[in-house]
Amino acid sequence: MKPAAKSKVAAASASASSPELLRERELRRIIGSVLRLAKSTGAEETEVHVDEVADALSRFANNAIHQNVAEHGLTVSIRTVADGRTARATTNRIDEDSLRATIEASLSLARSQPKNPRLLPVPAKQHYSRVNRFIKPTAALSAEERARAVRRACDLAVKNGQVAAGIYSNGQSQSALGNSRGLFAAYRETHSEFSITIQEGPAASWAKANSADVRAYDPQKLAARACEKAHLAVNARELAPGRYTVILEPSAVLDLVGFLFYDFAATALEDKRSCLIDRTGRQLFGQNITITDDGYHPLQQGAPFDGEGLPRQRVLLVDRGIPKNLVYSRAAAKAAGKQPTGHGFALPNEYGEAPMNLVFTGGDSSVEKMVASTERGLLVTRLWYIREVDPYEKVMTGMTRDGLFLVENGKVTGAVRNFRFNQSLIEMLNNVELLGPAVRATGEEAFEMVVPAMKVHNFHFSEVTKF
Amino acid sequence: MWDLCTNALDTAKLRGASYGDVRVMHLRQRDLTTKNGQVGTLSQSESIGLGIRVLANGAWGFASTDRLTREGVAACAAQAVSIAKASALAKREEVILAPEQSYVDSWQSPFRKDPFEIPLETQLALLLAADAEMRRIKGVTLTETDMQFRKIDSWFASSIGSRIHQRKVISGCGIAATSFQGEEIQKRSYPNSFGGQHALQGYELVQSLDLMKNAPIVAEEAAALHSASQCPEKIGTLILGASQLGLQIHESIGHPIELDRVLGQEANFAGTSFLTLDQLNQLKYASSIVNVVADARLDHGQGLGTFAYDDEGVPAQCTDIIKDGQFRGYLSNRETAHLVGLDRSSGTMRTESWNRLPIIRMTNVSLLPGTWDYDDLIADTHDGILMETNRSWSIDDRRYQFQFSTEIGWEVKGGKKVRMLKNPSYSGITTEFWNSCDAICKFDHWTLWGTPNCGKGQPMQTMGTGHGASPSRFRNVRIGTAFSNQ
Repeated sequence: MKPAAKSKVAAASASASSPELLRERELRRIIGSVLRLAKSTGAEETEVHVDEVADALSRFANNAIHQNVAEHGLTVSIRTVADGRTARATTNRIDEDSLRATIEASLSLARSQPKNPRLLPVPAKQHYSRVNRFIKPTAALSAEERARAVRRACDLAVKNGQVAAGIYSNGQSQSALGNSRGLFAAYRETHSEFSITIQEGPAASWAKANSADVRAYDPQKLAARACEKAHLAVNARELAPGRYTVILEPSAVLDLVGFLFYDFAATALEDKRSCLIDRTGRQLFGQNITITDDGYHPLQQGAPFDGEGLPRQRVLLVDRGIPKNLVYSRAAAKAAGKQPTGHGFALPNEYGEAPMNLVFTGGDSSVEKMVASTERGLLVTRLWYIREVDPYEKVMTGMTRDGLFLVENGKVTGAVRNFRFNQSLIEMLNNVELLGPAVRATGEEAFEMVVPAMKVHNFHFSEVTKF
Repeated sequence: MWDLCTNALDTAKLRGASYGDVRVMHLRQRDLTTKNGQVGTLSQSESIGLGIRVLANGAWGFASTDRLTREGVAACAAQAVSIAKASALAKREEVILAPEQSYVDSWQSPFRKDPFEIPLETQLALLLAADAEMRRIKGVTLTETDMQFRKIDSWFASSIGSRIHQRKVISGCGIAATSFQGEEIQKRSYPNSFGGQHALQGYELVQSLDLMKNAPIVAEEAAALHSASQCPEKIGTLILGASQLGLQIHESIGHPIELDRVLGQEANFAGTSFLTLDQLNQLKYASSIVNVVADARLDHGQGLGTFAYDDEGVPAQCTDIIKDGQFRGYLSNRETAHLVGLDRSSGTMRTESWNRLPIIRMTNVSLLPGTWDYDDLIADTHDGILMETNRSWSIDDRRYQFQFSTEIGWEVKGGKKVRMLKNPSYSGITTEFWNSCDAICKFDHWTLWGTPNCGKGQPMQTMGTGHGASPSRFRNVRIGTAFSNQ
């Protein structure tokens, strides 16, 4: 798609496009109003979050758009502190009476509970690194442009005798946070996504991309890839369950390792529900596994501050297989005698914190090289319905979906019926033979993260399904 | 609110819509949690806004806004029509809606005690007391409790003349004890995992649960699981507790009968279904003692799938899904009903909020009670494993192959529960599993469980669904697969 053509269409159809987000001075005005009102109600401290979203999504199936939606919403969430107690109330009405009522509700909630011995004063002003993740062409993408792109993808499927389903979405959002000690933080971003499933008889395959910049991927190329893989997926044969060498495409890796991120929360260890209890500081994964939480990575998205307004820090979580560091909210850091890392959730909450921007260090292989190096194995496009079976050994179950292929003697030789797996992530990350370059991966179970394709031996498939 | 609805519908018509329906919704929610004797989450929220769905040029458009002014609503309606016209650029067929009458009505779900009128101090005191009861038990390393209350007002208006106001009050409550020992984490929850029980009830739901009596029981079980034997791997007889069976129904019956999945409309995300249209009235889904309905009527109980009208303005109905083991019906809406030969929607269009499009959803998809007394069922089982309270759940994207694990299991030998088992799990193929059902307990043991967190749709929507079930027995089930390591 050419950007010039895009803006022309957008200008001709403004009513089908996203509304403009509030300007930063308007966000400051709302926060200022809440802080002023709260002062007169007896709140000792106040923290205000303002979140605004304007999203649109075209959904297609059976080679046609069947759902097409747009939304706009703004919420004001107010946390007050009174006598060592805190609580939160949220509204989407920003008139003065509604804001005052929300402050009073927050205070009433706060006063209804015992004192919280871990509660800290709200933080003072902070300094933030700038990130630019607001891409105008993404915000400007119109319903007509999405529809035309969908039409082209569907026409390709029709031409091939296949059936397309998927989404094409775009949107913009912003978050601002202010408190009674003068802290103010604001962030806005755009987001876009194209996802397509192609069915050819009982066979199916899938491709998906997600970016702040709608120009970073080509829906037509994704559609073509899914069409090609769906055709390869026909006539799937059944193999016996067992342990196989697998080549996991980045989406499959993401949806598995995405289940690890809570385990690096200091609060999860304190609560004894992390798989890292008694396991930090020693070799847990293979030496080729290095994981950082890096909200500033160019392929990442999200605000450079956490739920309390602290700047996010880069944290080396796993260094060559050894869990080295955890992430800390302010309260968890104080309890552990550490410094907070800017990963806290908005208070009050019981989970504390989590790294939300995982970046795996990649390797120099590629899916093609992994296939070429494999005598017998399985190429996995995507995984589905992943759930935790054993929280300490980190055994996950789930299914392969939308394209499972047999690799023999360095070549893809045919399609295979989908398997159920029951696989420990700890074991899996000890069995990684090859890594591709780390890319921004997108799946359905985890947040988008930066992970590589992986070749893994001894991956455990326990049962097979009927397609 | 009706003025806003009328304004939206008038604008849509003026802009070229041939049909429109609009929902103004006001949602209020209160969340309370404790962890290890301290208050965790303590919050409440409210959200009000409007969503309008229109047909223009034979295609759908939907837009929503929280700007509830005359101008804001008109702009939203105009945007919905523009989006529908864009949809028409990539349509293959005209949308056809099954006929439906218009209704002017107001309905409120029954409740005895408004949870928002109960003092917070009272609610927190109960949670903290239950939390303390669990922490008394040696070996417990984490205690959690929660309550959640929702009050939802919706004003539905459509261009065929319906004006329907509904108010629903929903309550949820649960407790859980976790124990870490050696290299193992074990957990027990009451009355169900992942937040407990949820129903279309007031605070009376919380009071019916007797948290104080059950807190030490689950805490003791969590600690005791460490020394229990591992659930064996075998093909054998399985008895499922009612709450686990509720989730089994949800995943292996409730989802496959959604007609949007069957027709491929969810192919990219939630998946499709093995229940292709040729299976209707042909497939022997289950053994002949199995009867399943989708029932949104109050007569069925106060479940999360109970309402008077769906979010498309169709009255609540009871649909036979499985009758004497035969597959008899799908969940449909006005757009899909004609595709299965129905002249009317089965009334299952539901939306999470004002900013989401209604989609086909489960209502209360329930297994009707059987004839067995629970004690007789255990006594009749020579060699089996009883599994209770869900721990993990997973099923393929066409709803054939599933695997569940539960928090606790009990070996049943010679008609008696003889010992506790840890890490129980079972797996199977949907129709093979349901055809192996040979005993269902009677109504005395039947509970309408609430599943508050069913995700579906793009953008994702979370919906509450109801699942009535009583303990039931299944033969020749694959047991212990989740922990097999071959």
